[in-house]
Amino acid sequence: MNKTVTLAHGNGGLENNELISKVFYRAFKNEILEKSEDAAVIHGGELAFSTDSFTVSPLFFPGGDIGKLAVCGTCNDLAMMGAKPKYLTCSVIIEEGFSIRELEKIVRSMKKELEVNGAIVVSGDTKVVPKGSVDKIFINTTGIGEIQKKGISSNLISSDDTIIVSRDLGRHGAAIFAAREGIELTTDLQSDCASLYLQVEALLAAGVNITAMRDATRGGVSAVLNEWSQQSKVCIEVNEEDIPVSEEVKGICEMLGFEAVNLANEGTFVLAVKKEDVQKSMEVLHGFSNSENATIIGSVTDQYPEKVVLNSSYGTKRFLDLPTGELLPRIC
Amino acid sequence: MEALKLKDLYDGFRDPKVIKGLSRLIAEEAKKLSKPINIMEVCGGHTHSIMKYGLPQLMPDNINFIHGPGCPVCIMPKERIDHAYILSQQENVILVTLGDMIKVPGSKGSLQDARAKGADVRFVYSPLDTLKIATENPEKKVIFFAIGFETTTPMTAALIDVVRKRKITNILFHINHVTVPEVMVELIDSRDEHVDSYNNRIDAFLGPSHVSVITGSKIYDKFPKAYARPVVVAGFEPVDVMEAVLMVVRQFVEGRCELEIEYKRSVTQEGNLKAQELIEKYFEKADLFKWRGLGNVPESGYKLRTEYAELDAEKIYKEILPTEEIEDHKLCICGDILRGMASPPECTIFGTACKPSSPLGSCMVSSEGSCAAYYKYGNLIS
Repeated sequence: MNKTVTLAHGNGGLENNELISKVFYRAFKNEILEKSEDAAVIHGGELAFSTDSFTVSPLFFPGGDIGKLAVCGTCNDLAMMGAKPKYLTCSVIIEEGFSIRELEKIVRSMKKELEVNGAIVVSGDTKVVPKGSVDKIFINTTGIGEIQKKGISSNLISSDDTIIVSRDLGRHGAAIFAAREGIELTTDLQSDCASLYLQVEALLAAGVNITAMRDATRGGVSAVLNEWSQQSKVCIEVNEEDIPVSEEVKGICEMLGFEAVNLANEGTFVLAVKKEDVQKSMEVLHGFSNSENATIIGSVTDQYPEKVVLNSSYGTKRFLDLPTGELLPRIC
Repeated sequence: MEALKLKDLYDGFRDPKVIKGLSRLIAEEAKKLSKPINIMEVCGGHTHSIMKYGLPQLMPDNINFIHGPGCPVCIMPKERIDHAYILSQQENVILVTLGDMIKVPGSKGSLQDARAKGADVRFVYSPLDTLKIATENPEKKVIFFAIGFETTTPMTAALIDVVRKRKITNILFHINHVTVPEVMVELIDSRDEHVDSYNNRIDAFLGPSHVSVITGSKIYDKFPKAYARPVVVAGFEPVDVMEAVLMVVRQFVEGRCELEIEYKRSVTQEGNLKAQELIEKYFEKADLFKWRGLGNVPESGYKLRTEYAELDAEKIYKEILPTEEIEDHKLCICGDILRGMASPPECTIFGTACKPSSPLGSCMVSSEGSCAAYYKYGNLIS
């Protein structure tokens, strides 16, 4: 590993995982942490517990802002363990000179998203640092949720499962990239930023047998599938033509040389569901506006254990790798 | 008429039915070949498409791809990356370059490492974006580390043109532009040190279409004539590559050896004359340019003309930029791989000392190199 931390270490992919396992896991090693789930399952399997820190540029982007993101992010991590988000903490580090109006706007947006989840902020902290010490504002949220269904885990995926994505991929990553300074792209594209607990609640209420769920944030769907294939020691096969990607996201990917499966999402999740419950899951998901195009994308096999295989519609296949390096546009 | 959509530019060229149809046609034609043929796709963009779409899996056994040296990032020698690294560490300097250049390690580290240590390194999507950086930072020197083949050279020339016309004084250039035909000649003509012969197994070339949009197809005239190698100038979509392979196979079957254009959508014989004039105005060929993995190749790179020395970072910072050569790793066989004489797994350091995370030779540097492709997709490549 490098001697210094580079932006690649925050990519949600290979270098990021290496940093986590070689530095943090090594020091903090324990049975709960090593399960590498979206949220830790504690207290005899009753509670899910998770934390996330948020930094995004620009702070306000089409489809959301850092406040909405900070609540969705942590609540979604809890929801992915089948837990109902209940209590959150909120810590902010603010750069000197930041506008109070913008801060209020961010907090209002947090409040609104907490209501969607039925969760409340019960503790918090604020720090103000001199100009230049942070980029405008960093937010950390930590949350506790009540597990509604025990046993959901990324370590238990088997060939009895089918892989589903809840909507079209890559909207958040593509919208943020397009909104960044220096890329003058005009697009109507909105981030998919949204809370996912309502969908999870409906799936559980319908009695769907969910093996695993994970929201496809940094590193995108390819990171989720690779982590799953390694954690459960299976091969996940995906049909390329079934992967839902909007025309806008496809266009941005074409121009910048990205792949939609590697782009971040903030309101999109991957599900591994028992085959016999696929139909039921699709019916539930299709009832929500932000999962109305949920799609079956693949299956679990033993062809290449711990690998993700992408099958093309014309009979070729390739491995879908964990994203590596910093997300950079290709030169030619 | 409905406006042209971005997807119109690629949709038809990824049509599974067309791809399968071309695959069948290639297989039928290839049965008539008297010996196997090795086709080098010169450009890294082609390698990327070929690997991304899994095209080798659609080829009959007697047609092989040799992945060429056409990735501007991969072939950048350590000496020149070190230049960028050192320049980025000077006080009041902002180093600007294109996309994935910042990942590639030199002997001191990559530009990404330099940035992590506090250097101001930025990447732009178009060289002209450098103007904005220079305007916003009038007290700093902005050095544009220019890379790329004939495709990106005119954009650098256009930036120089603006800098001169607007009399901008805080943009300097470090030029690393390289050219395609000269390295193709090198691969055919040069002595291969490891097997000590002039051999290569390249039977035909696929020429990159975007280079020829600028240069025209004329830059490849000599290959069928003087070197008996057919060239097909091809686009980057899977249908383009498959069609170009079919054109190559038909040339062999019919006993022809010609320069053909598959990418007729934008490539002409003469190319973009205005872009060529701009290149000619500001650049001249350097006697030698060193390619990572291949060594010095005559007249394969550009430098700024001497009358623009006041813009040339290589001259202005001469005192601090090292000139000693850094040898490629002794065991690296990139040269043999690029000539089609060896395949990546035959290299003793493949996957051990040389990996994508710590590349030693050019073929491992980015996903466009053949070693990196074998490393990632090894058990899918027969």
